[in-house]
Amino acid sequence: MRRFLTALPMAALLALAAAPAWAVGALEGPSVKQATNWVAISMFFGFVLFTLGITYWAAKRTRSRAQFYTAGASITGFQNGLAIAGDYMSAASFLGISALVYSSGYDGLIYSIGFLVGWPIIMFLMAERLRNLGRFTFADVVSYRLSQTPIRVLSAAGTLTVVAFYLIAQMVGAGQLIRLLFGLDYVYAVIIVGVLMIVYVTFGGMLATTWVQIIKAVLLLGGASFIAFSVLYAFGFNVEALFEKAVEVSPKHAAIMKPGTLVKDPVSAISLGLALMFGTAGLPHILMRFFTVADAREARKSVFWATSFIGYFYLLTFIIGFGAIVLVSTNPQYLDAKGVLIGGNNMAAVHLADAVGGSLLLGFISAVAFATILAVVAGLTLAGATAVSHDLYASVFRRGRVNERLEIRVSKVATVALGILAILLGIAFEKQNIAFMVGLAFAIAASANFPPLILSMLWRGLTTRGAVVGGTLGLVTAVVLMVLSPAIWVKVLGYPTPIFPYDAPALFSMPLAFFAAWLVSVLDRSESARGAKRQFEAQYIRSQTGIGVAEAVEH
Amino acid sequence: MDVASVDRIRRHPKFIELTRKRTRFGWTLTAVMLVIYYGYILLVAFAPGFLGQPLYAGAAATIGLPIGVGVILSAIALTGLYVARANGQFDRLTREIVEGGRQ
Repeated sequence: MRRFLTALPMAALLALAAAPAWAVGALEGPSVKQATNWVAISMFFGFVLFTLGITYWAAKRTRSRAQFYTAGASITGFQNGLAIAGDYMSAASFLGISALVYSSGYDGLIYSIGFLVGWPIIMFLMAERLRNLGRFTFADVVSYRLSQTPIRVLSAAGTLTVVAFYLIAQMVGAGQLIRLLFGLDYVYAVIIVGVLMIVYVTFGGMLATTWVQIIKAVLLLGGASFIAFSVLYAFGFNVEALFEKAVEVSPKHAAIMKPGTLVKDPVSAISLGLALMFGTAGLPHILMRFFTVADAREARKSVFWATSFIGYFYLLTFIIGFGAIVLVSTNPQYLDAKGVLIGGNNMAAVHLADAVGGSLLLGFISAVAFATILAVVAGLTLAGATAVSHDLYASVFRRGRVNERLEIRVSKVATVALGILAILLGIAFEKQNIAFMVGLAFAIAASANFPPLILSMLWRGLTTRGAVVGGTLGLVTAVVLMVLSPAIWVKVLGYPTPIFPYDAPALFSMPLAFFAAWLVSVLDRSESARGAKRQFEAQYIRSQTGIGVAEAVEH
Repeated sequence: MDVASVDRIRRHPKFIELTRKRTRFGWTLTAVMLVIYYGYILLVAFAPGFLGQPLYAGAAATIGLPIGVGVILSAIALTGLYVARANGQFDRLTREIVEGGRQ
């Protein structure tokens, strides 16, 4: 045991020999850090054991296709709300937003608000209709009255692109975070995440994925609440005292309380806002969660709970960021020789955990961060695998004539393939600048998935051609503009000047997708277009009342 | 669903009432949320100085703080408002339509 304890930091040191400077800095900290790594690892082991137990339990309850994809629609609105919040509160948003508040203060709040406001829109326009029209994927909804093959291919392309970029961001984040928190080699960390996620999804399906998500959401909310309340407690629950101290010690002083440089110009601000708001409504792993509840009523409750938990979480990260300014940036224990946070700004929340709760809380928060990544990648992979097995294999390739067991098997094979792909991409992108990836995923979701989805539910006139042209244009425009933007053209490809001046393409790609979908639909005089319009009435009634849903749900 | 029952439900007074009320309510709340959020973003983009004013003389906290927190709370409140009305009135109407269809 003792030998293991001493061997661990040594191995980590060796593994980190080639790592970037900030990661090496993590090992130059005081010796207590090695002990805390152990606490973190054992807590994480506890989480893994517990969730594997849940996977075993879920596997016994996962027989049919409906159980595999959507837990047999057995999740309650409250549970689903927690799971959605779990999907949404990634490690990147926990560490990233508290880091943003730590470095830029008020700007962090602007950013997190953008992530939240998509939820009310989903509630008012989509949640009930989604539940009433879909079964397993959002392509079910879009193709309800449109032609199966082109719509399924389009939706699967949108799903897999979003899932791929999101997965890369999560895997690279996982590797770097775990190297930092646990002293584990990047490659091992990525492999552990990939393998565990494959196990959860292939054996436990949506039921296991949902419960992993719920447990992680509870742990993350609990841990973040504890840190935030400890900060407030230190200031006698006087927020103004906390802010005064932050203004005093921050190098930016009073600027930390004001909107700053995050929002450079109105176009970027509005474009980013659009991507965050409507991208949420086009994320396949989030949309899929609406099919795990029994009816429109539970779908609605899901969104209310999700919005409440996510909003509460962002308030916590704001307090945590300010707590870190006051309690971490002033403590030389957490700073390197240059006065920069050990491990970079993303470690603000983690150091703060140590500052207010000692090594036990540090270990807990590290383990929760790891668990968070695991849960998010599991949800993403399930969404991607379902697009492959349900949309591409069963609906396009087999034209709907497929037996359930075979479809589940294809889904499991797709899960393993996606898991391995995620591991390989995670390793391939280790040294790349991936800051743009989540933004790109949201922009694609807002431009390729959201326009056909919302139009198919709300606009009688939408035709197959319109949906396909609109969605494809949205997808291509978002990707091309992103590649030409400063985030990729300059920062990744190294050209001196960007061709497209903004980092957020949604302001251009999303309206273009809507316009193209409208124009092509209006000009579409085909027989299929007339059929699609005729069937709108029946779809409309089902989307409003849920009549016909019961017959479609298998048990 | 066959053409006859589609026609019958489409003309059902309760169905007309439900869809009219829900559509109006949903779009109104959407508009409220969009105005709140984009109003806030436009303030950030064009009037950052306004948000940066001290909340009261000598305060470190700025006006932007309660406004930002207010946007978060309004998102929660609006979804809560929707659920409250939908769980009551809209679900009652839906039940009446569905049960009417079975007779």
